[in-house]
Amino acid sequence: MNLDYLPQAALQLPANVPAQQVVVNAAQWSHSALRLRDHGAVLLSLWGADDRDRDGRFRVYAAFLLPQQVVVLEHSPTGGAAGYPSLTHWFPVADRLQRALYDLLGMEADIGDTRPWLRHDGWPEHGFPLRRDAAAAEPQPQPGRPYPFVAVTGDGVHEIAVGPVHAGTIEPGHFRFSVVGEKVLRLETRFGYAHKGIAKRFEGQLLHDGHRLAARVSGDSTVAYAWAYCAALESITATVVPPRAAALRALALERERLANHLGDLGALGNDAGLAFGLVQFSSLKEQLLRLNRQVFGQRYLFDWVLPGGVATDIDAPAVRALLDEASMLEQRVAGLRAIYENHAGVQDRFRDTGVLSTALAKAHGALGLVARAAGVAGDLRVDMPWPPYEQLRPRLVLAAGGDVAARARLRFDDIVESLRLCRALLETLPPGPSLASVPAAAPYRLGLGLVEGWRGPVMIALETAPDDRVRRCHAHDPSWQNWPLIEYAIIGNIVPDFPLINKSFNLAYSGIDG
Amino acid sequence: MTAYVWQVSECLLAIALAPLFAGWVGQCRAWLQNRSAPPLWQPYLVLRKLFHKDAALATDASWLFRLAPYVVFSTMVVAAAIIPSVTTDLPLARVADAIALVGLFATARVFISLAAMDVGTAFGSMGARREMMIGFLAEPALLMVLFSAFMTHGSTALPEMVEGVLDQPHIVLHPSLFFAGVAFVMVLLAENARLPVDNPSTHLELTMIHEAMILEYSARHLALLEWASWLKLFNYACIGFALFLPWGIALHGAGVGLLALAIAAVLAKLAVAGAALALFETLSAKLRLFRAPEFLTMAFLLAVLGLLVYLLLGA
Repeated sequence: MNLDYLPQAALQLPANVPAQQVVVNAAQWSHSALRLRDHGAVLLSLWGADDRDRDGRFRVYAAFLLPQQVVVLEHSPTGGAAGYPSLTHWFPVADRLQRALYDLLGMEADIGDTRPWLRHDGWPEHGFPLRRDAAAAEPQPQPGRPYPFVAVTGDGVHEIAVGPVHAGTIEPGHFRFSVVGEKVLRLETRFGYAHKGIAKRFEGQLLHDGHRLAARVSGDSTVAYAWAYCAALESITATVVPPRAAALRALALERERLANHLGDLGALGNDAGLAFGLVQFSSLKEQLLRLNRQVFGQRYLFDWVLPGGVATDIDAPAVRALLDEASMLEQRVAGLRAIYENHAGVQDRFRDTGVLSTALAKAHGALGLVARAAGVAGDLRVDMPWPPYEQLRPRLVLAAGGDVAARARLRFDDIVESLRLCRALLETLPPGPSLASVPAAAPYRLGLGLVEGWRGPVMIALETAPDDRVRRCHAHDPSWQNWPLIEYAIIGNIVPDFPLINKSFNLAYSGIDG
Repeated sequence: MTAYVWQVSECLLAIALAPLFAGWVGQCRAWLQNRSAPPLWQPYLVLRKLFHKDAALATDASWLFRLAPYVVFSTMVVAAAIIPSVTTDLPLARVADAIALVGLFATARVFISLAAMDVGTAFGSMGARREMMIGFLAEPALLMVLFSAFMTHGSTALPEMVEGVLDQPHIVLHPSLFFAGVAFVMVLLAENARLPVDNPSTHLELTMIHEAMILEYSARHLALLEWASWLKLFNYACIGFALFLPWGIALHGAGVGLLALAIAAVLAKLAVAGAALALFETLSAKLRLFRAPEFLTMAFLLAVLGLLVYLLLGA
């Protein structure tokens, strides 16, 4: 917890995990980032705020994940300037975050890629929506601007452009492959097609309502986002969540993890041509979702986690039904795992496909499931457990190899661990209320919420405004870190293996487009 | 004169039955995967839907793109005309032998591949080049299978081969044909875009072979191409029956009763073959693209083995 190596004293930051905030100037910003990296930090998120209405300044924040705590660097360029020193030199993942920050707020890093990231055609060249003085008028359609992809030249090299509209019903993303024959030399991805302006929409929302919007940042991680938002708000207001509510939230989070892993394992089988796997896992996922609907009133648990606790309590028959389902799932998944692992065809497709090396995952600050499948430890539930995980003591699930097979294995192991946690939660469900009231929040306070969703750590940075309103809310998905890594994992593989590799990562589109 | 009536009827029968066979395979696949199956006549519904739609053409599409579906479909109909699926009394089959049949399939392949490249999309050319890779490996294997059968039966015309087998007083088992039979099934899977070489039900554009080539087609053009691919599967199944399981096919000059029996026999054989195909597809995963050549080399080797067994052992 010692941050002596940083140039300024650290302040405690309201959060559900150990978090400290350090305010620095431009020179100290780069210096601190370097020191943090030397102490094993990875860059978690980068965001900015327009505070010119309060003190005439812009602010840029960078959140770093240290082994046992989170450190947020805050820097406000002097004289209302909007430039800040780039972090890409030490943290490659900062590149897209800095581009997105420019597109939203017009805050520009001193070096780095200047191509637009979120700013697609139809978005005015100098309109920055998160600035306080941004015109509320509808943006006028703009003429299309070319987006220069990095070109690969050579004998027989050609490009395959895929998306954003795909042959199946999936989310929009553009993939530009440079290939020789079937071999991929380079992949460049482009996103932003699902940009919804969530950060802008947050401004002025009631604090007690914001969880509903947070829950919709990325639908498959709705519990994680809603919990992260609630954790940030509860930390700012010093609300103590009843133990029963905390346990129920963890139950919902683990069920979200189960549902997504079951869906992914089925899809992985299907992408390898084994439709049998898809049907089996889809049926298990559907049973889980139906029980969700029966017990929680919501298949995907939208809006079930809310500030102060959870929306509904569960009774004894529901607990029994959930326990029975856990035993059923454990047995069925073990059976299907044996089929996957003994199927020569499936294993031939999975093994050594899309390898992400441990060194690369570490160097690029991979997060969550993708990192753990490459042998890089990191799980908020284990490293900085918040209630109720500090009592549950989840086991760290790791896999070695970093290929599609490792990511499939990790999901199987994750399911076993999640089921164990669910069972432990259900068997020792504390009595008491499942909802506490949340007092009014002081204005202009910053709070963090970090939750280990099924993809990895999900972060919400919430700043309050007077009258119980949201001033600024920044949501961060671990896919920001992991999307660039897919571009490395595909190199040297063949084009028809990309869908399988992509599915094994299964990263968010909506979550990063914001 | 009746021969010509049978010739035309057999073509019409193939055209009418091919979607049914595809529907049956689809139904078996669904059952084996624990899904509720679409109706048996689902392919006919697909055809009706597609024929009722307005065709959309890419702006850069040339006459070749518009012509290809008709060429491919007619090629498959002509192929059906020279395969003795129900009767050997086929005037056309006397003109074109089994080597011409391989040529017909190659013609269809060339047209569909050219059409796929015609509009200039990445997927079209990707599918076309993969199709050509599979094709140039599958064709020699298919020819080897046919050569094994020619040597065993002493003819290159399919009806004569069938008659040769059926004229014999008792069943003769040829080990060489067993090798050829396994090789033939492997070629059938590769040539008809089935698992483990291609996945007919995928929506992942980057993994497609056959589907990638027809991505730009719609409405009646797509209907004809789908129909042609079902006909191709039907034709392949009937070639297999003619070579390896000819019992039930009506011989030259058979009466109406025997012909009815022949139709019943081909339906029964198709039912079993369709179920077996579905079972095999359900159990296998899709091969990595560059394993497909190994798969087809294996088919080629098996066919050569069949040939050697015949030449060396005389069996």
